[in-house]
Amino acid sequence: MANDTGLRFMLLGLLALAASLFFGVLSAFKFLYPEFLEALPFHKLRPLHVSLAVSWIFLTAIGGVYYYLPNLLGLALFSIRAARWHFWIFLVTGLAILGAYLLGQFGGREYWEFPPVLALPIFLSWILFAVNYFNTVIQRRSAWPVYFWMWGTGIVFFLLTFAESYLWLFPYFRENMARELAVQWKSYGSLVGSWNMLVYGTAIFVMEKISGNEAMAHSKMAFGLFFLGLFNLMFGWAHHTYPVPFAEWVRNFAYFVSMTELFILGKIIWDWRGSLSDYQKHRFRRPYRFLFAADIWVFINLVLALIISVPAFNLFTHGTHVIVAHTMGTTIGINTMILLGSIYFVLEQRDTDSALQTVSGMADHGYWLANGSLLIFFLALLVAGLIKGTYSGGSFGDMMASIEPFLLIFAVAGIGLMMGLWMVLLPALRRIYSLVFSVTARNPMRVENGQKTNL
Amino acid sequence: MSKRGLFFCLCAVFAVYSVYVWTAGTDTPNIQPPSEQAKAGLALFQEKNCIACHQLYGLGGHMGPDLTNVASAPDKGVDYLKTFIANGTDKMPNFKFSEAEIDALAQFLVFLDRTGTYPPAHPEISWFGAVAYSGANNGK
Ligand code: HEC
Ligand code: HEM
Repeated sequence: MANDTGLRFMLLGLLALAASLFFGVLSAFKFLYPEFLEALPFHKLRPLHVSLAVSWIFLTAIGGVYYYLPNLLGLALFSIRAARWHFWIFLVTGLAILGAYLLGQFGGREYWEFPPVLALPIFLSWILFAVNYFNTVIQRRSAWPVYFWMWGTGIVFFLLTFAESYLWLFPYFRENMARELAVQWKSYGSLVGSWNMLVYGTAIFVMEKISGNEAMAHSKMAFGLFFLGLFNLMFGWAHHTYPVPFAEWVRNFAYFVSMTELFILGKIIWDWRGSLSDYQKHRFRRPYRFLFAADIWVFINLVLALIISVPAFNLFTHGTHVIVAHTMGTTIGINTMILLGSIYFVLEQRDTDSALQTVSGMADHGYWLANGSLLIFFLALLVAGLIKGTYSGGSFGDMMASIEPFLLIFAVAGIGLMMGLWMVLLPALRRIYSLVFSVTARNPMRVENGQKTNL
Repeated sequence: MSKRGLFFCLCAVFAVYSVYVWTAGTDTPNIQPPSEQAKAGLALFQEKNCIACHQLYGLGGHMGPDLTNVASAPDKGVDYLKTFIANGTDKMPNFKFSEAEIDALAQFLVFLDRTGTYPPAHPEISWFGAVAYSGANNGK
């Protein structure tokens, strides 16, 4: 059985991204023209957009782990069959969730709005992933590079915090609204931390392979980052819930914790960039560029994250579009750029001449369009949020009317972002599709550019 | 300390901290548990995904207003919110709720209102940017 599960996950991830972008643009226009497209109201579009966006991140990060372990790290997967099951469970459950949203069947809470029974197969599929992952990496007897730690931590903490996010099913947690909200956001904070572990681990892996510098992933600095990230994952969540009536020390502690993390990642990427030779930048031009964009977005988002984590400023930004700027700024600017870098790394590493090069002009234009649009998108959300946060006038309706021009800029920039990312993902989608589904490409003994490639 | 040691130490602290948050971390000591009706309202609130457009304590989607204190806000209150829930607006769908469902949602919002104030009533900002709320329940 050919092991192309990693590529399949990436393929599904790209499809999820393409669809998420489309639903995102529709949601943004709903703010302005709620009467348009009556059949798809905002409360269906938003979860479609957000769940597909989160799926893009998970699917592609998981795809990377399944692809890199056997193909580039020389560790045969413990069970290809379990990986296949993981894929199919994810796909079928995902389709069921999308169907539930379209039919207006909710029942969960924000971010997992689907009926809670659908959480069970997701949980089971992650157990398969965990068993497969640890039994695979255990074969590596020498010291683990930091990305092995990060991937493993991401997997385990996903399981723990995904389970925690369902504690509300016990009446005890529902009887006190403050507890209910705190536990919900505690689990989500850690969940975001766990997907960041998977994504940042992927970033460090790709950097290592591009630069050929294996010492980096064993360095004190890399492990410093890892432990700081873990510390944030565990204790930083309460910056989401400053206004919820909650023990003061928990809030102040989260404030302290929040002030630390992203900085170190920026530093690592920065150091790494300086150490690359021109040849390597050229050889892996696109992955390099995506990581470079992620680097810039780390700095921009770092500044914003630090500001809104100061409780005094958070009083004005909480519950506004500033938070949306933060969420999408990081999930697009950092996570999405890193994951696109990972996908293009896989492709460029497989095909030196490549079918890819001929269509890649489109991807290069898309790259600039996406990043330029994202900047406008981000700024428009910030301004809209600040106006809302400092608004002292009349009704909610008046406030919304005053931010409408900025929501329009946001929506139009969103179209640019969607087009740009579509232009980036389309060539990759085509190439991965042909790798997974064409007979010649599946032949594991195929000789390509004089090199034997292994699927 | 070895990496593995540090990792497991952090996990142990995390476990203790989690149990603390689950059991003792809230600032709402005297809260009455919700009535059966309010619980049914909360379930409906989830089934219809109101949170996609609304916020509780500022958390949620941003198309509609925060609902934390709508039940007691000046010029608002129970009859006011029931009108919205029963009819919708040009931005909010009309979910065609029954009378019993409208009452349940209203009771949930009344319960929610008693749990605290959003935005916090009297925030006190310290020199290093932390914020304290006077009294329990954000000054409620
Ligand atoms: C598609 C978005 C949307 C959904 C879904 C939605 N609402 Fe609304 N709701 C709004 C908007 C927007 C307003 C503000 C009035 C306006 O501008 O039309 C509003 C107003 C309200 C108000 C009055 C608030 C105030 O302070 O004036 C209440 C109460 C309310 N909604 C309750 C609910 C409940 C309960 C649900 C779920 C059953 C719900 N809404 C679902 C969009 C929505
Ligand atoms: C890679 C691309 C994208 C990712 C990863 C992404 C991710 C997210 C996430 C995580 C949220 C939840 C935000 C929160 O709760 O604070 C969100 C909300 C939203 N996104 Fe995106 N997004 C992407 C692209 C877009 C685009 C192109 C648009 C079009 C303008 C868009 C429009 C929206 C809207 C309108 C919301 C809801 C805001 C609200 O009411 O809270 N997104 N997105």
